Amino acid sequence: MGLELYLDLLSQPCRAIYIFAKKNRIPFELRTVDLRKGQHLSDTFAHVNPLQKVPVLKDGDFILTESVAILLYLARQYKVPDHWYPRDLQACARVDEYLAWQHTALRRNCLRALWHKVMLPVFLGEPVSPEMLATTLAELDMALQVLEGKFLQDKAFLTGPHISLADLVAITELMHPVGAGCQVFKGRPNLAAWRQRVEAAVGEVLFQEAHEVILKAKDSQPADPTLKQKMLPKVLAMIQ
Amino acid sequence: MGGEGVAGLWYLEPRTSLGWVTGGTRPPPFLSSVLPAVPAPAMGLELYLDLLSQPCRAVYIFARKNRIPFELRTVEVLKGQNHSDDFVQVNPLRKVPALKDGDFTLAESVAILLYLARKYEAPDHWYPQDLQARARVDEYLSWQHTALRVSCTRAMWQKMMLPVFLGQRVPPETLETTLAALDRCLQLLEDMFLKGQDFLAGPRISVADLVAITELMHPVSAGCDIFKSRPKLAAWRQRVEAAVGEDLFREAHAAIMKAKDLPPADTAVKEKLKPLAQLFM
Repeated sequence: MGLELYLDLLSQPCRAIYIFAKKNRIPFELRTVDLRKGQHLSDTFAHVNPLQKVPVLKDGDFILTESVAILLYLARQYKVPDHWYPRDLQACARVDEYLAWQHTALRRNCLRALWHKVMLPVFLGEPVSPEMLATTLAELDMALQVLEGKFLQDKAFLTGPHISLADLVAITELMHPVGAGCQVFKGRPNLAAWRQRVEAAVGEVLFQEAHEVILKAKDSQPADPTLKQKMLPKVLAMIQ
Repeated sequence: MGGEGVAGLWYLEPRTSLGWVTGGTRPPPFLSSVLPAVPAPAMGLELYLDLLSQPCRAVYIFARKNRIPFELRTVEVLKGQNHSDDFVQVNPLRKVPALKDGDFTLAESVAILLYLARKYEAPDHWYPQDLQARARVDEYLSWQHTALRVSCTRAMWQKMMLPVFLGQRVPPETLETTLAALDRCLQLLEDMFLKGQDFLAGPRISVADLVAITELMHPVSAGCDIFKSRPKLAAWRQRVEAAVGEDLFREAHAAIMKAKDLPPADTAVKEKLKPLAQLFM
């Protein structure tokens, strides 16, 4: 069995991996784990990842979780073009810096925006107070300011003149609130221009394909009561 | 430090000449016109740290253990020094640790550790060349941000800093929930990462172990006996301390271990730290 990637394109980190693998023509078997059907909670999947999360990489006997680790492993294993994760010490450090920062900043805010605005009410039937939603969107706004002000500034891409893993991770994050109907690029021409450049560098067709699922998130079928009961505490823990 | 020619001598031998102090200062104006222009000595590596912070301890231990020459710039977060104009120039995110290497500034402890490992060519085991071994380190460094880091910080603040330093009451149920979450994280640390290995990512110590041990010392400093009833983890701790060196380990943790003896903050400090405190509830 060759390389297997366990993904659900509903998830931001899964999209980053999907785009990266496809863009770099890395041969892999796509193993879809449908989160909204609770497939990540199955016993079969627990054998792959006892943490019951996606994405997961399986390369023979080697199993790897954590999207940042997976992206770096793929970049090295398949010797992708240097700009994705440069050899240059300082350029590389800039990518590392973004990949570290985003976990508790942009990632968290984009995740909360999607769940508070769409997924909790529509998929899990849990209302979210307007105050909570307002707070979440305000926090997202602050993260976007840091993204523009500290990371992007006047560069073409987040860490320099060429697209890197940082841009892939960031753009797939931002598509989460976009999928929830948040206009994150409105009033942010710099960021909007960066988005265009990232999409062009990735390729429009691949970009659209990777984002089909998230853009239809608001049409999610409500979860049945059993699944809701299983998922709700985990979701709340995930988005805290 | 050094310098060529006459100007360099002024920098190196101030007291034997006309008695003014060096340290990157220029000669007095009346001499500038006769001396060749010499740039001030380049500042080497600077690490902006507060050893009360877990990621700062990991960076400190790594740099010291690998004999990386650096200037320690202490930034006391409890005194709000991370908001000073000077520090904001180094890290606009106003957080420690931060690195300054000439004109190059860098935030985020994971990025800093990897930069130092690469630039100073630290021994391979810290961040192994082997693809799968390296991936295991990356996996830990990624997971910990939203897992162990969070529960260790919350446990320490809710058990100690909030009540003792900031005089803020923490409801027992809140603390209980936090300690339960910490316990689950510790279980994952043992089951998913450590497993039957000597260190988190394999048979030798890596940056993953440094990041983990410095996290765990946070609840330890607050009096949480996390190694009691966890013999596997306790044995791993001994190995990490031995690999780092007892003296260096103790030195890096001196400040945090005395945190419980900090006098209560005055009203001004309490007000300033309120938003930070809210984060930890």
